[in-house]
Amino acid sequence: MTTPILETRGLSRSFHGLRAVHEVDLSLAPGRIRALIGPNGAGKTTLVSMLIGRIAPSSGRIAFDGQDITDLPAHERVRRGMAYTFQITSVFARLAAEENVALAARRRLGTDAPAVDRAVADALARTGLADRRAETARDLSYGHQRLLEIAMGLAQSPRLMILDEPTQGLADSEIEAFEALIRELSATTTILLIEHNMNVVMSLADEITVLNFGEVLAEGPPEAIRADARVQAAYLGTEPADAT
Amino acid sequence: MDFGPHLLLALIEGAVLAAVLALMASGLSLVFGVMRVVNVAHGEFFMLGAVGSWIVAHQLGGGAGVWFAALVAVPLAVGALAAAADMTILKRLDYDPERTIVATIGLLYIIQQVTLMTYGPEARPVAAPWDMRIALPFVERGEAGWQFYYPWGLSTTAWKLIVLVASAVVIVALRLFMTRTRAGLVMRATQLDGEMATAMGIPVERVYAAVFGLGAALAALAGVLIVPIQQAHYLMGGDALLLSFIVVIIGGLGSLAGTIVAAVLIGLSDGIISVFFSPTLAKILATLLVALVLVFRPQGLFGTRAR
Amino acid sequence: MTRSLAVHAGLLALLLALNWLLPAYHQGNLARVMTLAIYAIGYNIAFGYTGLLSLGHAMFFAAGMYGAALPMRLADLAIGPSFALGLLAGAALALVVGLLALRTAGVAFMIVTLMFSQAFYLTILLLGTWTRGDEGFVIPAIDRQIAGLDLTAADTRYLVAWALFSAALLISLRLVHRPLGRSFVAIRENEERARLLGYDTGRLKLWSLVISATISAASGAAYATLFGYAGASFAGVQYSIFPLLWVLLGGAGTVLGPFIGTLFMFYLIDLSSGITEAYMLIAGVVLVLLTLFAPGGIAGEIRNRLWRALP
Repeated sequence: MTTPILETRGLSRSFHGLRAVHEVDLSLAPGRIRALIGPNGAGKTTLVSMLIGRIAPSSGRIAFDGQDITDLPAHERVRRGMAYTFQITSVFARLAAEENVALAARRRLGTDAPAVDRAVADALARTGLADRRAETARDLSYGHQRLLEIAMGLAQSPRLMILDEPTQGLADSEIEAFEALIRELSATTTILLIEHNMNVVMSLADEITVLNFGEVLAEGPPEAIRADARVQAAYLGTEPADAT
Repeated sequence: MDFGPHLLLALIEGAVLAAVLALMASGLSLVFGVMRVVNVAHGEFFMLGAVGSWIVAHQLGGGAGVWFAALVAVPLAVGALAAAADMTILKRLDYDPERTIVATIGLLYIIQQVTLMTYGPEARPVAAPWDMRIALPFVERGEAGWQFYYPWGLSTTAWKLIVLVASAVVIVALRLFMTRTRAGLVMRATQLDGEMATAMGIPVERVYAAVFGLGAALAALAGVLIVPIQQAHYLMGGDALLLSFIVVIIGGLGSLAGTIVAAVLIGLSDGIISVFFSPTLAKILATLLVALVLVFRPQGLFGTRAR
Repeated sequence: MTRSLAVHAGLLALLLALNWLLPAYHQGNLARVMTLAIYAIGYNIAFGYTGLLSLGHAMFFAAGMYGAALPMRLADLAIGPSFALGLLAGAALALVVGLLALRTAGVAFMIVTLMFSQAFYLTILLLGTWTRGDEGFVIPAIDRQIAGLDLTAADTRYLVAWALFSAALLISLRLVHRPLGRSFVAIRENEERARLLGYDTGRLKLWSLVISATISAASGAAYATLFGYAGASFAGVQYSIFPLLWVLLGGAGTVLGPFIGTLFMFYLIDLSSGITEAYMLIAGVVLVLLTLFAPGGIAGEIRNRLWRALP
């Protein structure tokens, strides 16, 4: 049984008495794609914010690669191999696209300028942004900015990549390209994906975790989740597949 | 004088300082509370109040009538000036915190230097409308028990008492204004949620101009009240600003109650420390205290954490 | 990179040549400008590049000034080691202040730095027995010699100022092209993003402040040794506002901006103090106009409109 790359035990977070996340036990096996779904307000972003270190848990432990990281600051977790893309795009708006990616690569590759350049070119090519590399980030279209975030994640060569609603705002063709990219990436990287687009979820995920009211409602392979009556009820529909 | 009366005297002097400080600090706190803007030129509005009083007294002569006119007219004039500055400069900066501070630094120099050019570098006294000294009683234990007596040298002036009363009245009025009137409600609504306020038809920009003007008027009023006790000098804004900062930060930016308590603390202790130790040391301790409060307890004594 | 290097090297060559071309009055002025521009360069690293708006940099300038001047006055120390002590004083002060002040941000950071700087200024006054307070003290010409060079001679003074300025300019030019300098910019642009890319932003900001303070202290130490005077007014609020003014005017976040701003403001004030005692009025008006209409400053506007790659 391989060590899970990420594991949480009893992870909880309350805001002034409101339970946003409650006693979540999560276990990610390396090299797989896990989707995290749930209705709005289920606590998905709060959960991953705790994983990456943006907010502190009220209780519970988090382990990365078998090591307890609960008390580690965010930048330390990133150094150990976690990467995160924001739900609301957060890039360096006034810098060029290539500098954005370079900053992501440079932290790992340091002063090795040729290696940084290669990593930047690679990440931009894989996300289809190569011919926009010199453009200022805020001049890019919303969809391209989201791809830029993903490129920044790629440039870090992370062991675990956490994506918060990455396809939001992307056109259908871009979503296809995104799916291909993720499948290619999962050969080397574990993926945790928050998504509302059920087509993407069903197409990509190896496992799905369903969150509802801050608790794990169900967990399992896509087919089992699709058929789960509780999940269907939580989404207030009979076909999770047509929720987008 | 014995220690008892000496202490009472120091307390009264400190109370007068605290009263004026409370007025000034309320203005600063109000502006920050509603607009989230730190006005570094606040001390200059105080100075304008003092200089303005001198101009009024100089042009129209002394006398109680003139004085009361000044008490009302000078703060109004300074308030109007401040509101104009807000509409022309601060509004255009979108009240961005850092750019606003830099702009108010520029404003500080403009006001200060124009005063230097017109009023000159000298410090000039302004006489209070009444010159009465009032002897104060103290207690001592005599053969027949506790008795009142009038120690020689323990006295204050009528004006200082007026300052205490006037400051208290204005601060209470300010509190009532903010909590009981519609205008005050509008100001607090704008502070809580600017966008929502706009959506409900509140002219946020005009509210901001009014708040900025009111803050300046309070500072100017403090200047008018203090000028018979100190003198009017173009550089007097600097120390006043520093003390106001100290009061507002320790009391908690945006909290009126905290401001009052802190003003009393600072006003009283500044007097006492300056008498018993070196005033420079007192200032050093005060500035370090402000810095450390901001670092370790940014909400001060009573303030709410900035959103 | 080479084109911008050429521009910067060209400026330095021009300044060097001016030593022999300028009349004595302007030669002295330019020596002063170059020395103060070092301060602006230092300030720019914290403010322009990292986005740390400090209102208390005068304490670092003064730490350098007194750190160099006091050993010379009280212990007869030679210039070289005194200069080094000045740098050390600035760096040490920045470390202590930074560890405290950097726990705050934005407006609070501005006020905290202002307060620490005020406390430093007041301490200099308090210790007047040694520092001579506001009056200050002169460093006699005899002590201002180094390696056979007489720093009181106009030419020598200009050339030493030029050398120090060149060093500061080239250091800052190099810094902005290195990963460290780029990480400063990242912090300025989007600190949380930088954190979540793995950058230890707390430590980096401290580094920025210490580097900035050391360069500012170098300016203070240079000013004391080249112009022979140390006084408490250099630790006052005005001397914290000046570098902000110079950098904003010249262009925050550019390498040449600090020098341009210092030069401009120096002559602007020089000209207006001939007209009126209230020359700081000019400073006030310039500040307001800059924040309203040209937040990029001179070099910044050039960069936005004409030459995007200007560092």
